[in-house]
Amino acid sequence: MKSTLLHQARLKQQIWLDMMFRGLTRLSAFGVLALLLAIIASLVMGSMPAIEAFGFHFLVNPEWNPVTDEYGALVPIVGTLVTSGIALLIAIPVSFGIAIFLTELSPRVLRRPLGIAVELLAGIPSIIYGMWGLFVFAPLFADHIEPWINDHIGAMPVIGPFFAGPPMGIGILTAGIILAIMVIPFIASVMRDVFEVVPPMLKESAYGVGATTWEVVMKIVLPYTRIGVVGGIMLGLGRALGETMAVTFVIGNAHELSQSLLMPGNSISSALANEFTEAVGELYTSALIELGLILFFITFVVLTLARLLLLKMSKREGKST
Amino acid sequence: MLTLYTRRRITNAVGLTVSMFAMAFGLFWLCWILITLLGHGLPALDAAVFSKMTPPPGSDGGLLNAIAGTLMMSLLGTLIGTPIGILAGTYLAEFGQRGWLAPITRFINDILLSAPSIVIGLFVYEVYVVHVKHFSGWAGALALAIIVIPIVIRTTENMLRLVPNTLREAAAALGAPQWKIVNFVTLRAARAGIITGVMLAIARISGETAPLLFTALNNQFWSADMNNPLANLPVVIFQFAMSPYEDWQHLAWAGALLITLSVLTLNILARVLFRQSATTH
Repeated sequence: MKSTLLHQARLKQQIWLDMMFRGLTRLSAFGVLALLLAIIASLVMGSMPAIEAFGFHFLVNPEWNPVTDEYGALVPIVGTLVTSGIALLIAIPVSFGIAIFLTELSPRVLRRPLGIAVELLAGIPSIIYGMWGLFVFAPLFADHIEPWINDHIGAMPVIGPFFAGPPMGIGILTAGIILAIMVIPFIASVMRDVFEVVPPMLKESAYGVGATTWEVVMKIVLPYTRIGVVGGIMLGLGRALGETMAVTFVIGNAHELSQSLLMPGNSISSALANEFTEAVGELYTSALIELGLILFFITFVVLTLARLLLLKMSKREGKST
Repeated sequence: MLTLYTRRRITNAVGLTVSMFAMAFGLFWLCWILITLLGHGLPALDAAVFSKMTPPPGSDGGLLNAIAGTLMMSLLGTLIGTPIGILAGTYLAEFGQRGWLAPITRFINDILLSAPSIVIGLFVYEVYVVHVKHFSGWAGALALAIIVIPIVIRTTENMLRLVPNTLREAAAALGAPQWKIVNFVTLRAARAGIITGVMLAIARISGETAPLLFTALNNQFWSADMNNPLANLPVVIFQFAMSPYEDWQHLAWAGALLITLSVLTLNILARVLFRQSATTH
């Protein structure tokens, strides 16, 4: 009698502990959702004064003047989009090449070390890229490459004006190139991962009917992994859009909209990094927080698309095996 | 007129050569950045770096307070973020088979994983710094913890999913309650993988600059008070590298080398650890 009572008590205790533990893990998972909502709520609240003062005009106003307290986000938004665009233009073909090399061409011995090297490149903190860009890349760029760009591309019709301007080394184009170097390893490792899920049987059959390696890549691997490749690119784009330190060092931090890519500009993240701690006045701070909100919104949309595509890819992978 | 066969062979050769160049191009930057870092950083790296405080421009100094600040904040950020991350990851892998919470959390977590870190800094500024009215080491640690959480959740879930179900069933058959199964069987089986995840998270936050700009800020002097602005390596590097003073720039290179070496070491250690545990299982 006594022992069954004791037994029941212990059983109850275990059930109670089980509920506690499950509740605790559930609470933590819920915390992640709460965190996202809290981030959005706090940014919206922080940018309320600026939203009330400027409305939607904020998005298209190129003015940014702390003296007259007039703020517009056009210059940083354009800067963010253009630098990320340049970065992707360079990074996509290079990452694609790296992924092909790692999955199809590399000798087996080199595959692992090279893969690790690419991943290590992705692990280097972004401030290092920025510093290297400022001290090493920008001077070289100004002395050797920009004069050439000026002379050869700057004189062309239509695209010429985008490449005219004094060779200063820092500017939108430099920021885009540094960003490209930063996102190449990200995109390359995602691409390599999705290339590796292609069933070997598919590739072997293509080789069997006499396809060349290049044809296997373009006609078998790429169509099979298209969704995943796009997802990886979007992931890299999300990274590039939100990147702060690599850009802040080399973009030149000028609130001006210029046609030339060689001129200094500004991006959302570098405006924040440079001005936030020095901002005085409610409206100034609030305008900067609204910039942060816009950045969060843009990256949120891009990353959501990226994840949805990658999710679709992994579902398909599950079906085919 | 080339035959189809030759044309295909040429396309193949060109395509493959270009992809080889792409690989070389990628490695080229890695080598170049590492060589510059070593070239500028090694001469600047002396005993003073580890024993003196950050100097005013024009005088001698080191990075001791910044190194200590970074260590403290990374440690606290990891200590705050890891338990939450492991618990939430456990929920996703062990308890989240039904219901709406797990899939949504997984999705949101993947987005937080690559959300711009500067926005995290703004968030902590808004909810913490504004209310206590001063920058502080705690705010910095909090921002870093928010970056740690999604990384740990992701690896914990992935690693728990690798644990074979038969282990769970065996424990359940012995009458173990679920909390014991998770804590003493599955989490233990996934331990090496989870530690790898935590190490990768530490590697990530030890170089993070953007979220610290508005939270920990910087401090020129020695301070172990988490309630005050706290010096930290990334922000010191940012400030010193952007300055016109040459001795500050030297220290910035020394700091950059230190951070990169520790991040790379952590990354490699994590990989070695994970690989060892994978081969012994």
